[in-house]
Amino acid sequence: MLLVSSLLAAGSIVLIAVFVLASGLPLIQRVGAWSFLTGKVWSPATGEYGALTMIVGSVVVALAALSLGGGLGLGCAIYLAEFAPKRLAGTVRQAVQLLAGIPSVVYGFYGLSVLVPVIRGLGGGPGHSALAGGIVLSVMILPTVVSVAEDAISAVPDEYRAGALALGATRWQTMSRVLLPAARSGIVAAMVLGSGRAIGETMAVIMVTGNVVRLPGSIFDPVRTLTANIALEMAYAAGEHRQALFAIAIVLFGFVMLLNLLARLAGGRRGVGR
Amino acid sequence: MTSMTRGLLAAALIGGLLLTATGCPRQEERQAEPTPGQPALAGDITVAGSTAVHPIAQVLAERFSELHPQVRINVQAGGSSAGIRAAREGGADIGMSSRPLKAEEKGLYEVTIAWDGIVPIVHPANPVKDITLVQFREIFVGRLTNWSQLGGPDRAILVVTREEGSGTRGAFEDMVMDDEPITDRAIVQNHNGGIRTTVAGDPNAIGYLSMGALTPEVAVLNVDGVAPSVQAIRDGQFAINRPFLFLTARAPEGVTAAFIEFVLSAEGQAIIAEEGYIPIN
Repeated sequence: MLLVSSLLAAGSIVLIAVFVLASGLPLIQRVGAWSFLTGKVWSPATGEYGALTMIVGSVVVALAALSLGGGLGLGCAIYLAEFAPKRLAGTVRQAVQLLAGIPSVVYGFYGLSVLVPVIRGLGGGPGHSALAGGIVLSVMILPTVVSVAEDAISAVPDEYRAGALALGATRWQTMSRVLLPAARSGIVAAMVLGSGRAIGETMAVIMVTGNVVRLPGSIFDPVRTLTANIALEMAYAAGEHRQALFAIAIVLFGFVMLLNLLARLAGGRRGVGR
Repeated sequence: MTSMTRGLLAAALIGGLLLTATGCPRQEERQAEPTPGQPALAGDITVAGSTAVHPIAQVLAERFSELHPQVRINVQAGGSSAGIRAAREGGADIGMSSRPLKAEEKGLYEVTIAWDGIVPIVHPANPVKDITLVQFREIFVGRLTNWSQLGGPDRAILVVTREEGSGTRGAFEDMVMDDEPITDRAIVQNHNGGIRTTVAGDPNAIGYLSMGALTPEVAVLNVDGVAPSVQAIRDGQFAINRPFLFLTARAPEGVTAAFIEFVLSAEGQAIIAEEGYIPIN
């Protein structure tokens, strides 16, 4: 019984991967992998398929999310693991995990009604922007970043703390010179998993980034991400266009696998905590 | 009891439940057979054509088949021109068109089943109240880019559009864009709510909605001096309008006539209004 369920669980990823590859590869072969990845024109009506604007869009939004949410999440993790009184830590931890339970369409609606007008006021432009996507995502990745990073810091053996304190280090020195370096690989993994989450998010991003297929000139410009493009066009895509959307999915697959590999590498290296 | 047999038992129970569940409506259907003395309507018809009319025809056909279980209606999408041709050449019992017939296409039996209108929307604080159809197009092509060109403040126009493939965008392109592409600077939203929220939140934005999707949070612009209203769309005064037509080669009879009658009935027209289009009366 248990074996069957684990085989089914593992098998589904194989099935999805095979299906996506089989559906998308023909188009990549026809267009050429290089021109698919570096083409700036995406125009299904005329049969031109270049994904560069959307790859850039996804990367910019994910980086914005990570630079905003990564630091915040790490600070929160440090506090929870080392400084917070037990009762308070429990409450904060639950509050952060609760963020994971909010449907993404709610994040998107909040972003569209509140963030977008604020950003329009600050930066001119339409307000629908990579920045708006980054801010919304920075909150959405917090549960992932905080829980993985906190685990990593908590997993550092107590001897390290005791040793550092015994040598006369302050709590802050212990944290910055001993615990964080020891937990480094786990913290890197937290950031990588967080960006994976950011790359994959769709609904909230569609609502706030404007979905314009152009290379952004600044963080205040609208962008279209890879996931948004699939969701926007799948309902109507047929034939070659449909294959092109699966080709986009292959690119996404590549991104997520690369990120997971990075996380594994970081976690596998000598160090404490995964 | 081993876990295996317990699993089998559970599966059998669930299976049994499903069987009884699917069995029930069948009995109800049997009770809904026609009253004696009135021959049951039976037969298959094909309805083909406009991709814009297709979704509502589908809903209407489903409802009609519920009322007359022995009727099957096959609804196919293929575009207005294909629908007109199918009606003329007998490829379909009813052809669907979302545009008026051209002179050389006349000679078919035409029934208008609904009207569709697209209206330009802006922020309520926008001082511009009136544009021409040509200006509306120029804005979406990207040649008119500042509200001062339309008598408004010196601010860049933010163009908001639906995603490629959406029915509303298709209707907008058919009736307004005249084969020119929508600017690639336009913000894309994938539902009417997104268009409304974006336009309602930005004093510089302009978008478009189906008449049926309007709400008071956005302001509507007059086009060529005519305020959009259900009446102005029906009688053709408002420029961005189109009829949804059912076409037959000759005066309809049998199942075809009964279906058209149903579409024009209060119930059929209520379904059309529910789908966001304008009933004929």
